Amino acid sequence: MAKNEKAGSDLVASTSVNSSVELGTAVVAPDSFENPGFPAHRERVTDLNPKKMKRAERAVYVLFYLSIVGSLFAIFAYMFFPIEDGDTTSIRLNTLFIGLGITLSLLALGIAAVHWGKAVMADKEGVDHRHPVRGNDETRARAVEIFKEADEESGFSRRTLIRNGLIAAIVAFPLPAIALFRGLAPMNVDPNNQMKYTMWKKGLRLTQDPTGTPIKASDLTIGSAFQVIPEGLVDLPEKEMLNAKAKAAVLLVRLKPEDLKWADPQREAWSYQGIVAYSKICTHVGCPVALYEQQTHHLLCPCHQSQFDITEQAKVIFGPAARPLPQLPITVDAEGYLVATSDFTEPVGPSFWERSK
Amino acid sequence: MSITAKASNYLDERTSISGAVKEFGRKIFPDHWSFLLGEVALYSFVIILLSGTFLTFFFQASMTPVEYSGSYVPLKGVEMSAAMSSTLDISFDIRGGLLMRQVHHWAALLFVSAIGLHMLRVFFTGAFRKPREINWSIGFVLFVLAMAEGFTGYSLPDDLLSGNGLRIIDGMIVAFPVVGTWISFLLFGGEFPGGDIVGRLYSLHILLLPLIVIAFIGVHLMFVIIHKHTQYPGPGRTEQNVVGYPVLPVYAAKAGGFFFIVFGVVALFAATVTINPIWSYGPYDPSPVSAGTQPDWYIGFADGALRLMPPHLETYWFGYTWSWNILIPVIILVVFLAVVFAYPFFEAWVTGDKREHHLLDRPRNAPVRTAIGAAGVTFYAVLWAAASSDIIATHFKVTMEGVINTLQILLVLGPIFAFMITKRMCLALQKKDREIVLHGYETGRIVRLPGGEFIEVHEQIDEFERWQLVSFNDNAPIMLRPNPRGRITSRMRARANWSRFFFEDRIAPVSKSEHMEALEHAHH
Amino acid sequence: MRKKNVSSLKSGRRRPAVSAALLVLGLLVTGGAYAAFSASTASAEVDLQSQQVITEGQKLFAANCATCHGQQAQGTEAGPSLIGVGSAAVDFQVGTGRMPMQAQGPQAPEKPVQFTDEQVKALAAYVASLAPGPSIPTADQLVNGNVANGGELFRINCAMCHNVAGAGGALTEGKYAPELKSVEAVHVYEAMLTGPQNMPVFNDLNLTPEDKKDIIAYLEYNKNHPSVGGLELSSLGPVSEGLFIWIFGIGAIVGLTIWITAKSN
Repeated sequence: MAKNEKAGSDLVASTSVNSSVELGTAVVAPDSFENPGFPAHRERVTDLNPKKMKRAERAVYVLFYLSIVGSLFAIFAYMFFPIEDGDTTSIRLNTLFIGLGITLSLLALGIAAVHWGKAVMADKEGVDHRHPVRGNDETRARAVEIFKEADEESGFSRRTLIRNGLIAAIVAFPLPAIALFRGLAPMNVDPNNQMKYTMWKKGLRLTQDPTGTPIKASDLTIGSAFQVIPEGLVDLPEKEMLNAKAKAAVLLVRLKPEDLKWADPQREAWSYQGIVAYSKICTHVGCPVALYEQQTHHLLCPCHQSQFDITEQAKVIFGPAARPLPQLPITVDAEGYLVATSDFTEPVGPSFWERSK
Repeated sequence: MSITAKASNYLDERTSISGAVKEFGRKIFPDHWSFLLGEVALYSFVIILLSGTFLTFFFQASMTPVEYSGSYVPLKGVEMSAAMSSTLDISFDIRGGLLMRQVHHWAALLFVSAIGLHMLRVFFTGAFRKPREINWSIGFVLFVLAMAEGFTGYSLPDDLLSGNGLRIIDGMIVAFPVVGTWISFLLFGGEFPGGDIVGRLYSLHILLLPLIVIAFIGVHLMFVIIHKHTQYPGPGRTEQNVVGYPVLPVYAAKAGGFFFIVFGVVALFAATVTINPIWSYGPYDPSPVSAGTQPDWYIGFADGALRLMPPHLETYWFGYTWSWNILIPVIILVVFLAVVFAYPFFEAWVTGDKREHHLLDRPRNAPVRTAIGAAGVTFYAVLWAAASSDIIATHFKVTMEGVINTLQILLVLGPIFAFMITKRMCLALQKKDREIVLHGYETGRIVRLPGGEFIEVHEQIDEFERWQLVSFNDNAPIMLRPNPRGRITSRMRARANWSRFFFEDRIAPVSKSEHMEALEHAHH
Repeated sequence: MRKKNVSSLKSGRRRPAVSAALLVLGLLVTGGAYAAFSASTASAEVDLQSQQVITEGQKLFAANCATCHGQQAQGTEAGPSLIGVGSAAVDFQVGTGRMPMQAQGPQAPEKPVQFTDEQVKALAAYVASLAPGPSIPTADQLVNGNVANGGELFRINCAMCHNVAGAGGALTEGKYAPELKSVEAVHVYEAMLTGPQNMPVFNDLNLTPEDKKDIIAYLEYNKNHPSVGGLELSSLGPVSEGLFIWIFGIGAIVGLTIWITAKSN
């Protein structure tokens, strides 16, 4: 390894045109090789053999005509492979044949043009001279002079009150636009307040997603998993329905009561004979966590692989989530239907800044 | 006067177009396959504009609920947004509509891939050096804009996959300290999902972002013309010339033809391969989700960063929630992108080389830069792989926890190993180049000398091949010397340290005297 | 759009051309068409109540299952009790080759079925005779469902594990939800009913027999209607699309750039 022991002390001034420019760490050895110049031009087969040239020419125009065939084919395909209502094969064929026609048209056209350029057009390499990107000294001097004159004539540097006024005005003029963007969100709502509460309240029945059928405790056998929405959700107008569902979706499962471990003994009362309800909205970034493994009692989020253990109050056992899924307190009403005993006792879904306020 | 001459005269008298033809008509462009990658990106963008315009004629960017009544049987009668319903109509009821959707989406994936590959080419050949640092930054912005275009487009159909994608974005936004909740409310027009987001993303997707992209492409190409294209080193090529084919006719034929070829390849994919089958995903509903929910590939590295965070990273400080499980990945990604953005300026500062560079480096001749690039690629690739941890697990029959834990380790160690291995490989290749220049190449011919000794005949390479191997930029670490005021500042010290990091292990190009010596030695 | 007025003669002429084209492009276009039938059902020939069948099943059970599940199917350390699991569970587990298990692993994988259909039914009959449990669905429980309703129920109850297109997905610790495209309707029904392994149970109060029928109709629709877009890339979504563009897209484009810039000869 040629370690540079003298550490940069062997820098030698460049002999190139840019010699006035700093080299920095670059090393230009005094006895480096000289550029040997261009090697001899190599002829193409089409230059040497007129027959080959003829063949290349023929290939180019045949391809151009083939391209026209492709375009026509696509138009015919449009007409002769219509989409018939409900027939997926017709859509497949329509897409396929129009697509293949266009493909042929484009590829033949492109390949023809490239082949023309490569094999038929004169094979003459050219050389352009480069100039430094910077303007020459005279131009630069004139540019400086122009700015000076303009400054002089306008008094930009001299009349500071005017200049500062201009700068301040330019800074201030976009501010109303920022105010206007406030209108993107509805007025008179407090996000913090909205995000903390869901539709669930005392006595609201747990119903099945998407039908809204109420669920009896006896409907759940051990190992069952129900996708649950609050009673009345399906009757909301579509827009409110989605917003409400995005917070209120719940997963209801039944385990053997002895499998449930309650770190917080009060929480046991939130379950009913081994039936527990947990928010489906991941505490990480909000994907629905609904992959329930009935033997391990693990819940898995398919988006970022957070895992929650239902037997231990849905605590996080793997993955990027930080908090357990909130539990919905439930019981049964007089008719045996499962009902919530309150809203969630903490905000559901991903963490947000004011969450603990 | 012929009709062409008349027309040209008419035009020139009103536009002075002849000046432009004189200036650019015979402009020389160097020819190399890797120089076409940027063109692929440009052409994909044109394809996206064309197919996208077709789609806008049919797409309704509205979240108004409708009952689907189109011809796809499994969704008949299902309540969905007008956006989803019109996307289904494009796919199932408009001839060629599905083809155009697939052209649009495949071209979008190709667009970002081509930009990525183009950036790698520019990086590994040192094409970002003076005077092109600013053009690198512009290209970087285009890369970010392309990702933004892609994500906004992915979200428009309002299907289950894109809805969950938006849900993830919302989950990330609300985690931001102080402003997160409000940004989310402003973006979605209230609580997630609300009824506004599709329309808003549509404005960004078809108006604002494309305008900015076009403007940046314009500036990017303007700089290519001002700087003239770089070229690979070779006999006859210098920092002061450009060798290649003239725009008219050869380059125009090749580049023009290449547009149709790229379009043709995209059309072939669109005709034969399904992309984003929104009819399988169904309309967005906050309750369901699909196994294997992933973003398009270019957002994968961000999704992967989220997946690799260990559990329980959240703290409550001063009564507020600090979601480190989201903030840390965001910070990592921002730092990574900032490093990519700033690298040319950093390298320029380390080398202090103020010359213009129009001849490219072979990657081996800049071992540390190449190694840094390899480390960056590895880092990105690990994040990218993490975004498909579940699919890796099912397809290779391993546990997803194992995949994630392995990738967590690889995210830290992978770039380090990649750096060391790549640097050593570059130095080894440089040594091999030196060997070849000094002692020729092995011919495979074994000769028995009169004394009974066997030797393999080495043959000297010709001067053109030799020039390829000896004409590269050589750098040595700077020596720390006091400045004119007799001081050594910490900035100077940092620069000296960095220059040692870059150029400490150095293989100098063979000089003429070394070559002579070697030749003489061989004759004895 | 909907050209209903094309003459029957014309469309009649077109059909053979269409089939021929489909044949030629079969691989390219559909990535292997799925066999268009599948609703093969519980074979009606075997009477699960017959004592002869039950005795036959008992013999098979003693020889093949008792080591793990116990002589009276009461369960052992190595395998759970089968009292009350019903004929549906047996038909699913044995009929898909999951049982008998070959080796302990994260989960029992599907493998070639070890028994004839009659033997499977005999085993089912024996286990069903021990205690009442969910029974093998009849043929008419598997057909004529509502595809749209089935799709919605599938997305809500099944897609999170099995993927919206039934391509399957990962579970924790090496387990996975299998793909559903090659699964027979009767086995899908039985799986919902019995909740094999880590799959939750979808009893008839959760998903009614009507709901189950709809879900099966949706799955059958997908089996019989390959993607209108072309190759499905295993229906894995953006990951396979991304791999496709990097391998085939960039591969083709780079190959072409090399051709374009190579010297012609």
